[in-house]
Amino acid sequence: MLEHHPDLTASVIYGLGWLYLLLFLMNCAWVWRSYHQDGEVKLFGQGVPVASIWALYAAMLGMISTAHLTGSNNPQMFLLRMPDAFKSAVDSLSGPVSFFSLSVGLFVAVILLREWIVKPTVGWVLLNASLIFLALSMTDYDFRQIVGKPDNVPIVAMLFICAYFTWLSFACAVENDKRKAAGKPLYSQEKNDKILVWPDLVYSELICMVLVTALLVAWGIVLQAPLEEPASSAKTPNPSKAPWYFLGLQEMLVYYDPWMAGVVLPSMILVGLMAIPYIDFNKLGNGYYTFNERKFAISTFLFGFLPLWVAMIVLGTFLRGPNWNFFGPYEYWDVHKLELLNNVNISEWFWYKVMNTKMPVAPAGSDQATQIGYILLREWLGLVITVAYLAVLPPLMAVTVFRKFFVRMGFLRFMVLSNLILFMASLPIKMVLRWSFNLKYIVAIPEWFFNI
Amino acid sequence: MLIIIGVCIWGALLSPFAMAWTALAGVTGIATLGTARFMFPNVLVEPPSKFKIGPASDYPLNAVSNKWKDQFGVWIVHTDQYEGKDLIYALSTVCTHLGCTPSWLDGEQKFKCPCHGSGFYITGVNFEGPAPRPLERVGLRIAEDGMLEVDKSMKFQEEMGQWVDATSFVDGSLA
Ligand code: FES
Repeated sequence: MLEHHPDLTASVIYGLGWLYLLLFLMNCAWVWRSYHQDGEVKLFGQGVPVASIWALYAAMLGMISTAHLTGSNNPQMFLLRMPDAFKSAVDSLSGPVSFFSLSVGLFVAVILLREWIVKPTVGWVLLNASLIFLALSMTDYDFRQIVGKPDNVPIVAMLFICAYFTWLSFACAVENDKRKAAGKPLYSQEKNDKILVWPDLVYSELICMVLVTALLVAWGIVLQAPLEEPASSAKTPNPSKAPWYFLGLQEMLVYYDPWMAGVVLPSMILVGLMAIPYIDFNKLGNGYYTFNERKFAISTFLFGFLPLWVAMIVLGTFLRGPNWNFFGPYEYWDVHKLELLNNVNISEWFWYKVMNTKMPVAPAGSDQATQIGYILLREWLGLVITVAYLAVLPPLMAVTVFRKFFVRMGFLRFMVLSNLILFMASLPIKMVLRWSFNLKYIVAIPEWFFNI
Repeated sequence: MLIIIGVCIWGALLSPFAMAWTALAGVTGIATLGTARFMFPNVLVEPPSKFKIGPASDYPLNAVSNKWKDQFGVWIVHTDQYEGKDLIYALSTVCTHLGCTPSWLDGEQKFKCPCHGSGFYITGVNFEGPAPRPLERVGLRIAEDGMLEVDKSMKFQEEMGQWVDATSFVDGSLA
């Protein structure tokens, strides 16, 4: 490891002090809540209120905060920092494969463990853990360079907001599902929480509007938008990143031809979202939160949104560095990081490896029809696979896993649904194929700008 | 003029609706044409497509010259790695994936694109990342005065079998 910068500076330590102070105050409030709501636990044969454990934790945070706020005179010697062993372990484990598996694993875990996660205490512990992780990571120079960039601050905020609303919707859904199972009325019906639009709703909206505007103005003044060097057609910044909300698309472009990733798949996403009301045949769950009654719809949507969109934004923002290589969160962005990949098309693999011959090429000067024939012959395997994927799989799904769906939806709606799902699945499939077999294109016909 | 009058008379005879639609179509059509006019500016500030780049001896074997990249968007490559022949050729600096400008990495001996990570050998042939085809060559020849001359109005694509074209390279033994 080359020592290119100080990990910690006085201002960072001072700033973290304020963050811990905030955390301390938040936890003081939580102690109060816990004192009134949580009962006691048995510790060493004695009943101890849960609140006392939280109080201990809050006191610790208070001390940490004081240490930061007063101890910034010798940053080199400051001890509260992310351990190097942890950093190198995370860096060596991280890669596109582990990142993607982790995000999918997390997604599955959230759905399976939803009844446990939505408990307020669990939610609070997760929030604290993520904030402390962020605070400790901030003591690393490379992490701070990327996560603390003014450009990237909204993305960190977005992550917390996204997690919070997912948590909230699951909390409401689990509550309603429990009520349904017990034969009780829904939460919103029992605790009639209806309010008047005028004045209650309009007033709270007005207050929100004022607060958000004030926040945006303050943000705009405090964090300056970064300006880069003047644009030049001869020089592309390295790495060159799309606006953050498009980083999912940019990551898709790594695996697909611009036509597919830039035109076909995005239009499929838009059209698919518009088609949802028409292909949805489930009449339950209308106007209230539920998970059990809409398992398929909610999981499919969340899969497309969380691992395939939000996680791709995270990957693109924080983990893609110069030359679009993958970098661990604490890794130095080395422009010369060497990652050799030799990507092959299916046709190359088939003709060179399996058949042990050359690729079929039309003899020079042959007419249009012969050339087309040769190109189709060259790519036959990929074409067959693609056609099979889009034409054979849907009927197969109709008679196996989706049999009930097929019966209830009818032919046309089912075909639309299955094709949309297959298109969505094509992204992770292609990613996995690229990582495991260095596959470039399934069908590669650059002559016609047709690469899949 | 006559046509417009004719159309108006015809529309008036037919019905007010037809006239309204005709007028609308006419106005929209003219507005579209007016917009399309912007595609053909009166002055075009572009570097000339033909330019001299000095004698062949300026370009040593197995080196990529960045000299003309900023101004004209070409690399001059002299190498014997493409099919074992000693060639000088000019590669366009446009990535064949989505059009970013790759950079030549001397240490790794490859062109690497910062946008989605496509990599190309010194020959211009793609080998990593999503780029579906090799970088394009532009025209190169030895002018009458013995200097190399690039002609960016021609381009040669490997996958179309155009790299055998004699205007797409210059014999490297002249260097
Ligand atoms: S533009 Fe070069 S890799 Fe996408």
